Amino acid sequence: MYAAIIVLTVMGAGLGLGLGYAARVFRVEADPIVERIAAKLPGSQCGQCGYPGCAPAAEAIAKGEAAVTCCPPGGLVLAEQLAEIMGVELDRSAVRDADPGIAWVEESICIGCVKCLRVCPTDAIVGAPKMIHAVLPEACSGCTKCIDICPTEALRMRPIEVTLRTWRWHRPEGETRPEAAHV
Amino acid sequence: MNTPLPPITSSPHGHQGGDTAVLMRRVIYALLPAIAGYVWYFGWGIVINILIAVVAALLAEAAILRLRGRPVAPSLGDGSAALTAVLLAFALPPLAPWWLPTIGALFAIVFAKQLYGGLGHNPFNPAMAGYVLLLISFPREMTSWLPPTTVSEYFPGLRDTLGYVFFGHLPHGLSLDAVTAATPLDTVRSAVGIDAALDELRQTSPLFGMAGGHGWTTVNALLLLGGAWLLWQRIITWHVPVAMLGTLFGLALLFWLFDPQHNPTPLFHLFSGAAILGAFFIATDPVSGATTPRGRLLFGAGCGALTFVIRTWGGYPDGVAFSVLLMNMAAPLLDHYSRPRIYGHPRRRPRR
Amino acid sequence: MFRLFGIRGGVHPEEHKHPTASRPIETLPLPERLCVPLAQHIGAPAEAVVKIGQRVLRGQLIGSGQGRVSAPVHAPASGKVVAVDDLPAPHPSGLPVLSVVIEPDGAQDDADHPVPSDPLAMAPEAIADFVSRAGIVGLGGAAFPSAVKLNLGLSGGAHTLIINGGECEPYLTCDDRLMRERAEAVIDGVRIMRHASGAEVALIGIEDNKPSAIEAMRQAAAGDDAVQVVAVPTRYPMGSEKQMVQALTGREIPAGKLSAQLGVVLHNVGTAYAVHRALRQGRPLVSRIVTVGGGAVREPRNFEVPIGTPLKALFDACGGFAETPDRVLMGGPMMGQWMPSLEVPVVKGTSGVIALTAAEVRKHPVQPCIRCSRCVEACPVGLLPLEMASRIRKSDYDAAGKLGLTDCIACGSCSWVCPSNIPLVHFFNFAKGELVARRAAEERTSGLRELAEKRQVRLEKEARIKAEKAAQRKRERQARAEAKAAAEREAKKQAREEQKQEEEA
Repeated sequence: MYAAIIVLTVMGAGLGLGLGYAARVFRVEADPIVERIAAKLPGSQCGQCGYPGCAPAAEAIAKGEAAVTCCPPGGLVLAEQLAEIMGVELDRSAVRDADPGIAWVEESICIGCVKCLRVCPTDAIVGAPKMIHAVLPEACSGCTKCIDICPTEALRMRPIEVTLRTWRWHRPEGETRPEAAHV
Repeated sequence: MNTPLPPITSSPHGHQGGDTAVLMRRVIYALLPAIAGYVWYFGWGIVINILIAVVAALLAEAAILRLRGRPVAPSLGDGSAALTAVLLAFALPPLAPWWLPTIGALFAIVFAKQLYGGLGHNPFNPAMAGYVLLLISFPREMTSWLPPTTVSEYFPGLRDTLGYVFFGHLPHGLSLDAVTAATPLDTVRSAVGIDAALDELRQTSPLFGMAGGHGWTTVNALLLLGGAWLLWQRIITWHVPVAMLGTLFGLALLFWLFDPQHNPTPLFHLFSGAAILGAFFIATDPVSGATTPRGRLLFGAGCGALTFVIRTWGGYPDGVAFSVLLMNMAAPLLDHYSRPRIYGHPRRRPRR
Repeated sequence: MFRLFGIRGGVHPEEHKHPTASRPIETLPLPERLCVPLAQHIGAPAEAVVKIGQRVLRGQLIGSGQGRVSAPVHAPASGKVVAVDDLPAPHPSGLPVLSVVIEPDGAQDDADHPVPSDPLAMAPEAIADFVSRAGIVGLGGAAFPSAVKLNLGLSGGAHTLIINGGECEPYLTCDDRLMRERAEAVIDGVRIMRHASGAEVALIGIEDNKPSAIEAMRQAAAGDDAVQVVAVPTRYPMGSEKQMVQALTGREIPAGKLSAQLGVVLHNVGTAYAVHRALRQGRPLVSRIVTVGGGAVREPRNFEVPIGTPLKALFDACGGFAETPDRVLMGGPMMGQWMPSLEVPVVKGTSGVIALTAAEVRKHPVQPCIRCSRCVEACPVGLLPLEMASRIRKSDYDAAGKLGLTDCIACGSCSWVCPSNIPLVHFFNFAKGELVARRAAEERTSGLRELAEKRQVRLEKEARIKAEKAAQRKRERQARAEAKAAAEREAKKQAREEQKQEEEA
């Protein structure tokens, strides 16, 4: 009886000490999730997620305050990657637009005010004062900052054009995404 | 792409023809000669069992599909529920109360198949799951086998059988115990249990025929015929039957050579019980089995070995159902570790 | 007897070759308009070098190749260039491709192309150059620039040239007829290509369901030990590059590599014929032999067709449709592409134009996978199509990739045998596209991030410079103020001193 009590007490104490020791020795130092998320975000600081920039957004996502689908320029691909890092189920319907689209300049209305040049986070707009501006499509992140600031609404968003090179096969007919199948 | 889906589909623009319903139907056709043989030796019971089980299975399938909000007609038409019911009924004793095949079929369809997601998603063979449920829950009914008509004066006719199935009594004041007898496997099992010599048994018991037992040998031969037809029709591949029967035969041979007095012959192992039914019709169930060629060989070998082990040392006279269910559990693992080598890749083990 | 090696899997679709195999190749009357796309090959599109309204001769260059992997395009008939415009491509999407539209004048004046006196005495590189300038691409369907392949063989030290006469696709007989009718020319082309690729031996693999072609080619190649005609078993997809190499050499092309890795280069028989035409007759690749077939066509046959001919003209020349086709394909039924309209043109890689009836397509409703693994047995590459499809259904494309999605050759054997009629190849094409799109999106995001970071750096630098400038201005202002103050003090001092002096005085 006493032997059993002693043995179990010793075992409990020993294992407890072991666990405590392991928790100290193998403690994960920093929070690498924030960094991993920040590395995936576009870094254009566009603020469409509702946070002042990509770094605060990464922290919010890591804490679970912001959804993994909060970044429109990142699109579905980014949402999937973040969901994997966070280990959460991705609600694809929450991704506002799978194709973020890019900005373009309606040249007849552009007055060459250079306001858009200053706000573009990726320097995707070229132009000079009093000259018509143009968007470099490959550098545009689709953040829509320029859309909001343009005084004449000369900047608009349009989906990225599909060409023979970028065309892809659609999902087989009658095959919906699994989320839609199991309502 | 946000554009509406074009109706255009990818190649190939053609098909070999046929669909899953054809496969299921052909498996049922392959069972027909054996069913005929069964009727010849054991009376009309099996036909009534099949009918009851099929009706129960189809009703259960339709009800569950309805509850799941899935289209009913295409799934009933694919014949998979009917095939499950036929296989289950084939495994039941020929003289069984109506609720036995009903419960078995309901369990097979509702629990073993539809609750996992329906056709193609069930990890276990539904017919065997239903059979094992019955075997464990209703041991008395499930072990009341009839002797073949060649050794018994009593042949249950259609009316007698129906009377027993639905009202539970036999005519002429016969009791069930009076008409049933042990199967050859049962007999061997208890003989080995009391350490009796098998030679003696073979000479004294009228049940034993050429290889398995009277009647059973013929039914199994007819099953073999149906299985061969399935192979020829390319409904099944040779891997599982050959591996399963080969392993069973090999193990039986080994033990029989070692001690022929206490181990039945390899042929007895093949031609009694459900070995051939299992090898050609049960273990070849594609949904719950392995999918790679090597995986199928291992799957079959596992079924054969487990059948031998359960028959020899287990608590039940036959072990096909248990061994198939046990190997069903191992199938995903077998698939994972037996992936074929891909063209142009070196031979290596799969990651993770 | 030549030693053959086995291939894995494969299927035996009904051949449907007899309606066209017995008819000689006919010449198609010139259509009213020819639409010649400038991107008919793998690689960079050609650039138009003709103007609207200009008269061109047959064989005249109308699009010049751009970069190392590209091919020039030539006028398929003499006539007037009426447009250089975006027109629907012969592609399932029906998306536009820049094309030169020519109205033939019927004169068929040929542009002058010099012909070497003896190609077999030329330097191999010079032959490849000739082939490149003739706009020759793989005529089996992939349309990879042939000169690039010849050079790869040469630089990789190729020992074997394989000429693919497999033609394993049902319905198609264009290669069969070509080999039967023009065996001498094909063999001549093979000899030139063997020389150009530096190979010791040329093996011509032909499926044994084409005995007449095998016989004709054997006769044409008689007496030449370096050119061997090999009958290979008839089993789809024998005519695929990987399977043909495996059957003839017993070796597998390493994953992600080219056959040149094994010292083997592979070309189509049609390509060999085009090489013969280019080097012996000075004719660039402006026409090809096309099978017009399928159950919906009234009179299927083979035509020699100018590149750019609209599909409609081909069907019209066959008496039109006997019944409304369910779909019109470019290529064979196993790997061919569904065409969005009959207005799209024949291009260099068009081996056949097939109009299938609904009965031939045998489209059935899709049923759940029962894991019967017939697809596994049929796959010539050793994949597990059912497992890949189940991953793709769950949008787990990476898992499908790990199962070997990128090794899939899209031969269609798995879909062909699937009793549940699951569109497996469509799943794989879809997932391959998703993987490519994903990689592109990732690259794009990381590029954008770089841009944003650079901008941050720039903004910081600008701010720093601005601050420095402001500080400098401040310093200058201070200095000025100090100088002023000092001057004032000096002045005051002076004034005081002056006052003192005055007082003293």
